[in-house]
Amino acid sequence: MDYQTGFFYLFAALLLFAGFRVITARNPVHAVLFLMLAFSQAAALWLLLKAEFLGITLVLVYLGAVMVLFLFVVMMLDINMEGVRKGFWKHFPLAAVLGVLVAAELIAVQWAGFPAMSMSPDAPGTGVNAPDYANTKELGLLLYTEYLYPIEVAAVILLVAMIAAIALTLRQRKDSKAINPGLQVHVRASDRLVVLPMAATQKSPPAAEAADTEEGKV
Amino acid sequence: MSLTSLTLGHFLTVGAILFTLSVVGIFLNRKNLIVLLMAIELMLLAVNMNFVAFSHFLGDLHGQVFVFFILTVAAAESAIGLAILMLLFRNKSSISVEELNTLKG
Repeated sequence: MDYQTGFFYLFAALLLFAGFRVITARNPVHAVLFLMLAFSQAAALWLLLKAEFLGITLVLVYLGAVMVLFLFVVMMLDINMEGVRKGFWKHFPLAAVLGVLVAAELIAVQWAGFPAMSMSPDAPGTGVNAPDYANTKELGLLLYTEYLYPIEVAAVILLVAMIAAIALTLRQRKDSKAINPGLQVHVRASDRLVVLPMAATQKSPPAAEAADTEEGKV
Repeated sequence: MSLTSLTLGHFLTVGAILFTLSVVGIFLNRKNLIVLLMAIELMLLAVNMNFVAFSHFLGDLHGQVFVFFILTVAAAESAIGLAILMLLFRNKSSISVEELNTLKG
């Protein structure tokens, strides 16, 4: 048993344990933290498979962004777990039996269907094992030549998701003094201005006349 | 079938168990929307695990490109899902699936 196999069993055991705790944790914050553990172990498994770029992406994008988003949302919501978890352990035996059955079938089909392949398909020194082989570079070459249109579609999907998330959760501020331009345009003079009937000329008041004569004397 | 040297079957087994775990999780936590979202994330992780394993053992990089796109779509999905969850909690003060019966005729 070489060190790769040992690490595989370590990572896989931690991954499955974390996955189990995600679905059984009482506190949703704990569930999110166990999900983070699961993703980190999956990234380690991908590193064993020489998929460095995806492993690092999983850590950066999933642990760094998506899981933190989950944590924020879980902490913002005040969830009544007692009502939500009613009947959880009552259904657990049935779910466990069915789950073990499905997993056993899947594993049996996969062990039987795919012949045992060795860990490194390429001979030492060639292909994936070549000294100057870079997973990121190869992936980038593929992404920006053959998959150019799909990657642009993926970018648009991310943009749409961003706009949708903002539009869904944006709330109008109650204390804002901003003016609605539509209402402003529709204002007419009669809404703002009151014209009072007045005589065109008026007699000047006597006090002003007296002031004029005084100025004349000086 | 040997357990001491790593084969494709090892990684597929991990993926299969992880997938089944998340299906069981969806069954058990069907009242709690946020755990449902997390179970869906786990499910996508299991699928990605299979893709990466096949990509490595068949020596074909296209599988990893596919995982890249799955990660993109999963990130978009969880962002929109969490936004809808926030909106739901704001309107109903609860995230129980059983209260989502407004469309019932």
